[in-house]
Amino acid sequence: MNLYVCIKQVPDTETKIKVNGDGSGIDTAGIKWIMSSYDEFGVEEALRLKEKTPGATVTVVSAGPDRVIETLRTALAMGADNAIHVELPETADSAMTAKAIAGTLKKEAKVDLVFFGKEALDVAASQVPQLVAAHLGIPAVTVVCGIEYAGSNLKCKREIEGGSFEMVEVAAPVVIAGSKGLNEPRYATLPNIMKAKKKEVKAVKLADIGVSASDQKIKMKNLQLPPPKQAGKKIDGDAGVQAQQLAQALHNEAKVI
Amino acid sequence: MAKVLVFIEQREGKAKKASYELVAASAAAGNETHAVIIGDSVSGLANESAQFGANQVHLVQDAALKLYTAESYSRALLAAIKTVNPEIVLAAHTPMAKEFMPFVSVMADAALATDCTSLTFNGGKLALKRPVYSGKASAEVEFTGAGMQMATIRPNSIGLPKPDTSKTADPGSISVDLSGLKTKILEVVKGNSARPDVTEAAIVVSGGRSLKNAENFKILEDLADTVGAAVGASRAAVDAGYRPHRDQVGQTGKVVSPSCYIACGISGAIQHLAGMRSSKVIVAINSDPQAPIFQIADYGIVGDLFQVVPALTTEFKKIKE
Repeated sequence: MNLYVCIKQVPDTETKIKVNGDGSGIDTAGIKWIMSSYDEFGVEEALRLKEKTPGATVTVVSAGPDRVIETLRTALAMGADNAIHVELPETADSAMTAKAIAGTLKKEAKVDLVFFGKEALDVAASQVPQLVAAHLGIPAVTVVCGIEYAGSNLKCKREIEGGSFEMVEVAAPVVIAGSKGLNEPRYATLPNIMKAKKKEVKAVKLADIGVSASDQKIKMKNLQLPPPKQAGKKIDGDAGVQAQQLAQALHNEAKVI
Repeated sequence: MAKVLVFIEQREGKAKKASYELVAASAAAGNETHAVIIGDSVSGLANESAQFGANQVHLVQDAALKLYTAESYSRALLAAIKTVNPEIVLAAHTPMAKEFMPFVSVMADAALATDCTSLTFNGGKLALKRPVYSGKASAEVEFTGAGMQMATIRPNSIGLPKPDTSKTADPGSISVDLSGLKTKILEVVKGNSARPDVTEAAIVVSGGRSLKNAENFKILEDLADTVGAAVGASRAAVDAGYRPHRDQVGQTGKVVSPSCYIACGISGAIQHLAGMRSSKVIVAINSDPQAPIFQIADYGIVGDLFQVVPALTTEFKKIKE
């Protein structure tokens, strides 16, 4: 069974965002990079499946500049067997990223399951898993917080709004975008981190898979930080007075109640 | 002016208000506005789209479309796109559209921008803004090509006008080939909450670790229920097991932009602020006057939430009476 996990490197959630010179993105100087946390569920799920499936392999794939190799090594240290770095410019959108990942997967001998996180913590477009599935001509189930496996059949628990769930039955090959609840991702141990440093990371160039800048469909521009907020109104008094004044302000002034 | 197709999302015959926000916005901009409703037997919803301003309503009806799957709904929307031949396709950014619109964008060879919070029509083209880094920054979206433009818009971003209830629709029917589907819905397990989802509610009442336990969230639920609000939670409250993850607001949970966000006992970690700072009016109730949440609050109350929240419930009840 050939298991693939696509992971994205994103700024740590503690990061204070600064806009770069031309407003096309962020200033990446000094940023601490991490694996987007929903992707960890994908890595963990593939590793658990490999552990109970003799002969299964787990390959992690990340598209981006050279620094994403660090994140691939994190996944290798968690237990992945192989890693592929798709050399993609930082400014690529979901469409170009998905085409590059799908092109890379099409070159692999056989793809059974492709795991992703349900969204990345940076742009959160929630597009790439489905776009990759569309390019591969296979289904995708997203926001999956539980899977029962029966041979090549999967019963996925997909979270929708209002605390409801859809139970979706699908057969491999399929793309799964995982969410919290799917599993508890493991930590890499120190010996495994050391070993992962020596593992080979295969490089894929866009030219090899027929992807070019013309596959980009949208661009971000004029990135801006939220305008500083005016100091709000402090409401003093005892709890009863505070509540009464707040309710009146929300009703009469802000008109939201 | 452009030809715009809006996907009207329904579950069990009830349409999402967020879909009508898009119909109304498109119609108000003078576009030729088409609405498409996909489902089993959904003709009963056709008039609503007309009442919010759709010029033409289309139905894609099939027993196999009763329950949503990305596979079947993407084929159905593609059939509508082929019939209407729009320049712009819009849907509300919900768990359903979020999942299937990317498939449609590949099938229709269109460009797709998701999770936008501002939408204007500029000479027949979309001008969009969306948050990035969970609202720590925002960006304008530029389409690089001249092809069909698709976008999903976060609920509550535009607001809903009053419908013109005198209008009726004369819907057209579109057929779709649904053979050979590979995904199947075995069951929809309904949540037991009568409250709206945090991502869709116009008002969100959120609690943090200061609530001390799961039971104490009852006071927030009581407050929420007086005004039809959703109940949210900070990551700290979710990690402590007070609320399920689906209620979590912030960078590793849901990003929300209601018209009013009431933060109770939430200090305001950077990840939480990222998830709610685009709310139109922010209220903070916290015992710590130094809590960062006060820096972005429109109304701040330094006080004991266990006293202030029940008092606020009483006041809201008076207003609603």
